[in-house]
Amino acid sequence: MGMKLIVLVVIVLAVIAVAQLMRVYELTSKIRNRREEDIDLRTNNINASLMMWFLAAFFGSLIYMLYKYGNGLLPEAASEHGQDIDWLFNINWIIVFFVFFLTNALLFFFAYKYAYNPDRKAYFFPHDNRLEMLWTVVPAGAMAVIIILGLMTWNDMMGKPSDDAVVVEIYAEQFKFTARYSGEDNKLGYSDYKLVNGTNPLGVITTANLTGRISELDSTIKEMHNDIEKTENGEKAYSLAASEKMVTKVEKLERILERVVAMQSGYSDSSDVLAEDDYMAKELFLIKDQEYQFIFRSRDVIHSAYFPHFRAQMNCVPGQRTKLKFKPIFTTAEMRTKTGNPKFNYILLCNKICGESHSNMNMAVIVGTVEEFNEWKKTENGNAALVVASTK
Amino acid sequence: MSAAAHTDHGHHHESFITKYIFSQDHKMIGKQFLVTAIIMACVAVVLSILFRIQLGWPGESSSVLSFFLGDTWAPNGILDRGMYLGLVTIHGTIMVFFVLTGGLSGTFSNLLIPLQCGARDMASGMLNMISYWLFFISSVLMLYSLFIETGPASAGWTIYPPLSVYEETIPGSGSGMTLWLLSMTIFVASSLLGSLNYIVTILNLRTKGMKMTRLPLTIWAFFVTAVLGVLSFPVLVSAVVLMLMDRTMGTSFYVNDAIVGTEILEQSGGSPILFEHLFWFLGHPEVYIVLLPALGLTSEIVANNARKPIFGYRAMIGSILAIGFLSFIVWGHHMFITGMNPFLGGVFVFTTLLIAIPSAVKAFNYITTLWKGNIRFTPAMLFSIGLVSSFITGGITGIILADSALDIAVHDTYFVVAHFHVVMGLSAIFGMFAGVYHWFPKMYGRMMNSKLGMVHFWLTLVSAYGVFFPMHFVGIGGAPRRYYDYTVYTGFDENQYGMIMDLNVIISVFAIIGGLAQIIFIFNFFYSARRGQVAVQNPWKGNSLEWTTPVEHIHGNWPGEIPEVHRWPYDYSKPGEEEDFVLQTVPLKDGEEEH
Repeated sequence: MGMKLIVLVVIVLAVIAVAQLMRVYELTSKIRNRREEDIDLRTNNINASLMMWFLAAFFGSLIYMLYKYGNGLLPEAASEHGQDIDWLFNINWIIVFFVFFLTNALLFFFAYKYAYNPDRKAYFFPHDNRLEMLWTVVPAGAMAVIIILGLMTWNDMMGKPSDDAVVVEIYAEQFKFTARYSGEDNKLGYSDYKLVNGTNPLGVITTANLTGRISELDSTIKEMHNDIEKTENGEKAYSLAASEKMVTKVEKLERILERVVAMQSGYSDSSDVLAEDDYMAKELFLIKDQEYQFIFRSRDVIHSAYFPHFRAQMNCVPGQRTKLKFKPIFTTAEMRTKTGNPKFNYILLCNKICGESHSNMNMAVIVGTVEEFNEWKKTENGNAALVVASTK
Repeated sequence: MSAAAHTDHGHHHESFITKYIFSQDHKMIGKQFLVTAIIMACVAVVLSILFRIQLGWPGESSSVLSFFLGDTWAPNGILDRGMYLGLVTIHGTIMVFFVLTGGLSGTFSNLLIPLQCGARDMASGMLNMISYWLFFISSVLMLYSLFIETGPASAGWTIYPPLSVYEETIPGSGSGMTLWLLSMTIFVASSLLGSLNYIVTILNLRTKGMKMTRLPLTIWAFFVTAVLGVLSFPVLVSAVVLMLMDRTMGTSFYVNDAIVGTEILEQSGGSPILFEHLFWFLGHPEVYIVLLPALGLTSEIVANNARKPIFGYRAMIGSILAIGFLSFIVWGHHMFITGMNPFLGGVFVFTTLLIAIPSAVKAFNYITTLWKGNIRFTPAMLFSIGLVSSFITGGITGIILADSALDIAVHDTYFVVAHFHVVMGLSAIFGMFAGVYHWFPKMYGRMMNSKLGMVHFWLTLVSAYGVFFPMHFVGIGGAPRRYYDYTVYTGFDENQYGMIMDLNVIISVFAIIGGLAQIIFIFNFFYSARRGQVAVQNPWKGNSLEWTTPVEHIHGNWPGEIPEVHRWPYDYSKPGEEEDFVLQTVPLKDGEEEH
């Protein structure tokens, strides 16, 4: 508290001191008959030259930063479409830098050059159709180029994946990602959030999971009914609010159970094969030069799966399946050589605010050869069962 | 409020309450908006410095943090994770809505529309007063939300559901979010009342001879801004009301098949993406609601201080209209990676990049206005030049973000943060400063100190670019926004971590310098309001009508008849005139062309 008091006192004294200085300034202005709106020539010229100094510092600092960080904090794109994106980036940068340097230079230079001069009158120049046409048409042309190139790249990367693309699901929840590989058949088993529980964290639909979930819900509901009954009989003491909450909750679970039962009756056992060869992993292993079709889901809130090195990103939205494809083209080992950083790793980051630990939500990504992938799978996952891999 | 009632202004008696508190006079209401916005801006700047301390020196104990946040939110002087997100959220909300919408448009539309159109007051003084008081209430609610136990809203200023709907996902989505939603609803009501008033006044209360094509560009900008507000803010209200229903009544507009914490929800069939559509249908026009008034103010100031007509007056109006129209069909560019149909994404790329054309026209017209001018560097002019620079510098990075193929690589990184802070934040705040310095004599009848204004400008300009220039690099480096720290980078790329942290320190240092520099402005503002040099009627030798009103504020603005207008407001340095300005009220000479 003592510290705060001293800080306060210092601030108050400083304000008083400045106020006194202002009084002095005002009195001298009054004596000299100086008006605030009249900027004297000297001050005006100082501001004019500051324009040029600022321009130099502005451009200088940009060039310095480009020199220091220009190769990008991120290494070369590690995916096929990422290379196209980087190329497109470069085209856009050329336009952006050209416009940036040109217009800022003109702006600050004109400000400097045409600073007030009592002997001159400004040039009355209200409009000029040719000039205005020029800077409507030229930007329009530049935009046309940018739009066409951009949409070509966009359509390429967002187009249908090829038939041999491997399907992998990325499941997001606060605050981790889980990968589900589609296995031999390259098809993911169906999934539904109502089936999510301790043994089935992604809510995969199989006959066994349906039965399991139904009996789990059944017993939870029974237990809760018991509790409610006991409260009503006065055996257990819950607050009124708590018991009301319990009633609401059990009613909700009953409705969910109903829906799961309906789901079960509409489900055919033959779909089990889709899920049986799926397997989960805590990290994502991708094979070099293999195209992947990613399916994104979320359990709770919106997350975003951001693969900075692959120039890829897609939101994970609860109750929705979003898709993205890409093909990694450099293995982790190759990337380590390229960056000269033996500790380099790929990563998948969460890039949509998702809660307090948002910045800790990520998943390691490895790119390797088919052999390495098979090794990784064998040692870490066992065979094609729904096992969570722990590769750390 | 008839004109006749004002002719006897000399005998008009006003009590303290009707003059300063429940005033229906547009000039006083404008000042009320301004002072409220300045207070809100101070809060938002302090909040940003607090989280910049965390970002620059993560995990280090700071006495500044414990001074402001205490042990609850900064135990041992280290910022709490939840509060970090709360600070980010409230900083964004206050800056976008309370400072740059309420503060900028509220202040200058109120002050200038009647004065520059030649009206006695706003169409409805009563609605205008209510508009301010709703703004005040919503400001208080927003500030109050900082002090509640579970913390303020912390789902980001865009409050995407389901994060913003369920307390279980983030504590800030408890009563903090309820207050946020309430505050915003009231804010929108205020904004709508204001906007309707502005539109009606501009269309109906222009003085004789004030054709639409003789209006200063400020009025055109305020007009289009108000139209944008009237058309887009109601969508935000609906979005907010639906969210309130999701939060309290268990509806499922924005919720679909989710499990929050351990609680399984039965809500099904809604879509979080629906909210994003509704939000950005406001959110994107909002960017121009913030930006256009600043562009309008500076068009006026640049012409006045270059002593030249604004170049391409009609093209400037056309650009404002084009930008206003396009701003309604570009919102999807915030949502390229939500799983939107790629074709639809392509359409939004197209419409978004079209905005570059009217923007380029405006930028070049500004620059041409300076060419062969005779420039006085008043603080207002300095800030206007700063605006043109930031409008260009921030605008061109928009080209990158509008291009969906590129956006996917930098979406939600610091590149976005840098982009919108430069193009919208800096431009609008520079425009606002310019406006305050320029029209201060019309508000308080006194002059602000110009030397202090210059120091304020140069410090602000340098520190603003010092903050946001390096931020582009952080973003291109792939650093996501709204991260509490970047320790995750130590696990996969040490080099990158080093660079991000280097830049983050630079950014934070400039943020602190920039924040402190504003003390100069605050001091200058409040000191000059009471003790500044008494202004003359037309200190800047301007052409528009507000400079024909007396220095002392009077109800009804003009003591006698409202002056008649004979020409556009940009006859600066017109050949054949002795002075380098011609008031709008001066009749055209025989054979004189209008412009």
